[in-house]
Amino acid sequence: MSDRDTIIRVEEVTKRYGKVTAVDRVTLEIPRGEFFALLGPSGCGKTTLLRMLAGFEMPSEGKIFIDGVDMSTIPPNKRPVNMVFQSYAVFPHMTVFENVAYGLKFDNVAKADQYGRVMAALADVKLDHLAERKPDQMSGGQRQRVALARALVKKPKVLLLDEPLSALDAKLREAMRFELAELQDKIGITFVMVTHDQDEALAMACRCAVMDRGKLMQTATPSNLYEFPANKFVADFIGSVNLFEGTLEVDEPDHAIVQSEELGGRIFFDHGVSGAGGEKMWVGIRPEKIELLKREEGSTPPTPEDAPSGCNVTAGTIRQISYLGSESIYEIDLINGRRMQVSRPNLSRWDQEDFTWDDEVWLRWHGDSPVLLQS
Amino acid sequence: MQDWREDKTFFGAAIALPVIWFMIFFVVPMAIVWAYSVGENVGAVDIAITGTFANYAKAFSPEVLKVMGDSVVLAFITTIICLVVAFPVALAMTFADEKQKMWLLLLVMLPFWTNLLIRTYALIAVMRTSGVINSGLEGVHGLLALTGLPMGTFEPLPLLYNKFAVVVGLVYVHLPFMVLPLYAALDRLDKSLIEASLDLGAGHLETIRRIIVPLAAPGIAAGLVITFIPALGAYLTPDLLGGPDDLMIASLIERQFKRANDWPFGAALSFILMYITLIFFAIRAFMERKGGKVGAH
Repeated sequence: MSDRDTIIRVEEVTKRYGKVTAVDRVTLEIPRGEFFALLGPSGCGKTTLLRMLAGFEMPSEGKIFIDGVDMSTIPPNKRPVNMVFQSYAVFPHMTVFENVAYGLKFDNVAKADQYGRVMAALADVKLDHLAERKPDQMSGGQRQRVALARALVKKPKVLLLDEPLSALDAKLREAMRFELAELQDKIGITFVMVTHDQDEALAMACRCAVMDRGKLMQTATPSNLYEFPANKFVADFIGSVNLFEGTLEVDEPDHAIVQSEELGGRIFFDHGVSGAGGEKMWVGIRPEKIELLKREEGSTPPTPEDAPSGCNVTAGTIRQISYLGSESIYEIDLINGRRMQVSRPNLSRWDQEDFTWDDEVWLRWHGDSPVLLQS
Repeated sequence: MQDWREDKTFFGAAIALPVIWFMIFFVVPMAIVWAYSVGENVGAVDIAITGTFANYAKAFSPEVLKVMGDSVVLAFITTIICLVVAFPVALAMTFADEKQKMWLLLLVMLPFWTNLLIRTYALIAVMRTSGVINSGLEGVHGLLALTGLPMGTFEPLPLLYNKFAVVVGLVYVHLPFMVLPLYAALDRLDKSLIEASLDLGAGHLETIRRIIVPLAAPGIAAGLVITFIPALGAYLTPDLLGGPDDLMIASLIERQFKRANDWPFGAALSFILMYITLIFFAIRAFMERKGGKVGAH
């Protein structure tokens, strides 16, 4: 990626507080105009990284470049970025208009132009009719729009959003997801959002960086994070997954087989995995990629057609059912005692009646369903 | 929980003691002093309550008005200096980490727990003609003279027994009164508001002026009033540190009750001081009501 297309470059950045390492040698690049999400559980360092982009924290080691400029000595008020705070931080003693106009005072914008720019920013967030309101007369969602307009009116090179949707109620959150994504698309500014909510990150972002305990675990598009997780943490954090420990038995360019004691069987991959054979590794299978079949007494395992006989099939008993409307989630105990999760879409209005508690079932999956995880 | 105010017996029992205490030690003595203020001296010891306003009228004589004016000016200067000194202190306490916060708070409170008389005499030891400051200055003067500079003879600075000394003493004594309400107001402030201001391009001074001060206004008003009122009524500090011309109103009152043996006039002066105090309380209440809206969000 050339420097021209990169708006943010984080180089080997580490942040320590005393003995605690909040961010541990993170390197990433964000191209101009992208909607980027920093995703991870609380305490993973994502907010610290965002605050270092804003300039509220300084890296202990490493460098941050914004639009090619080293930010090491640049204070927050001189950076070409603006932030939407988690608490919105709307100034309570100012009207909506004054809040949005606040940042323009320091940009040498002529008084005559200020009015037009403020009103345009308010129109972008559909608040132009409330310009004279005080923040204490507004809902949380409206206050957030003020914070958004206040940041966007400065025409920053990057907009930073700290858990922007966490304080909104469920319905509004869903609506705001689309609105934020649309707004980003319309104005073309690079957005960097911090969130602990994987749905939020997957739904809105072009690319996500998943962090855990200060370390960057994987940076990828939402679908790649879900379908091709780089490690156990990402596989488990994004969505649900059934993880099995195993050893690589066959490793050919066009297929591979893992023997797993935990599963009590062999797992076939219809593609090469190019790993070192015999080493301990993990296999992840997503619940929706497993098929449920009724199991009669004495029947033979119905191996999927693309796998060698005996692979990618196992037997179990349904223990728990969560009916969620659009799908049902089945908790199934395998014969060796391991529990596995299978989800099944309710495509017809009667599908949830196909299986019930204590049903004996076969579970099977195709050779392209499992992912091999080295760490 | 049951609303204990519903239970009349319990409520009565709980409130009886404070009410009696308040009556005996506050309302009754104040009523007596108020009665004296409209009385006249009869002979050497007796006071007749005649309903005269002569004592109040006497308070408007030029000499007394000068003392009152001086008192208000000295208290005002003290309050402003306290604000200027306390604001950065309170700001530093707000941004210090938890451990430093405890230490700073202790440093602010420590003089509070020391006897006022001891502190005042300690201040005299520092400021008198042969005190720490003048000795230090003399030493510097001597050193400079040794280098051959034409320094002349050393004249100790007249630091004590003037209005300067009174203000220094009053600022010293009343600083905690200003620091604590300011700290309380600043500490309540949402820190992300300050970060938002910086993020939007404001410098630190702009942020203080446009965000911190307006939002801390109720705390600043409280600090001003809480500092001004006791400074106005200060007795020991001006009495010990001031010169004969630096009388403040409390010393004047003391003289009426003691040396002048004019209890009615002393009582009238006391009540005038109290009326001034009440006016400032009223101003504070008014500002709080106005500022209350800003603080709530």
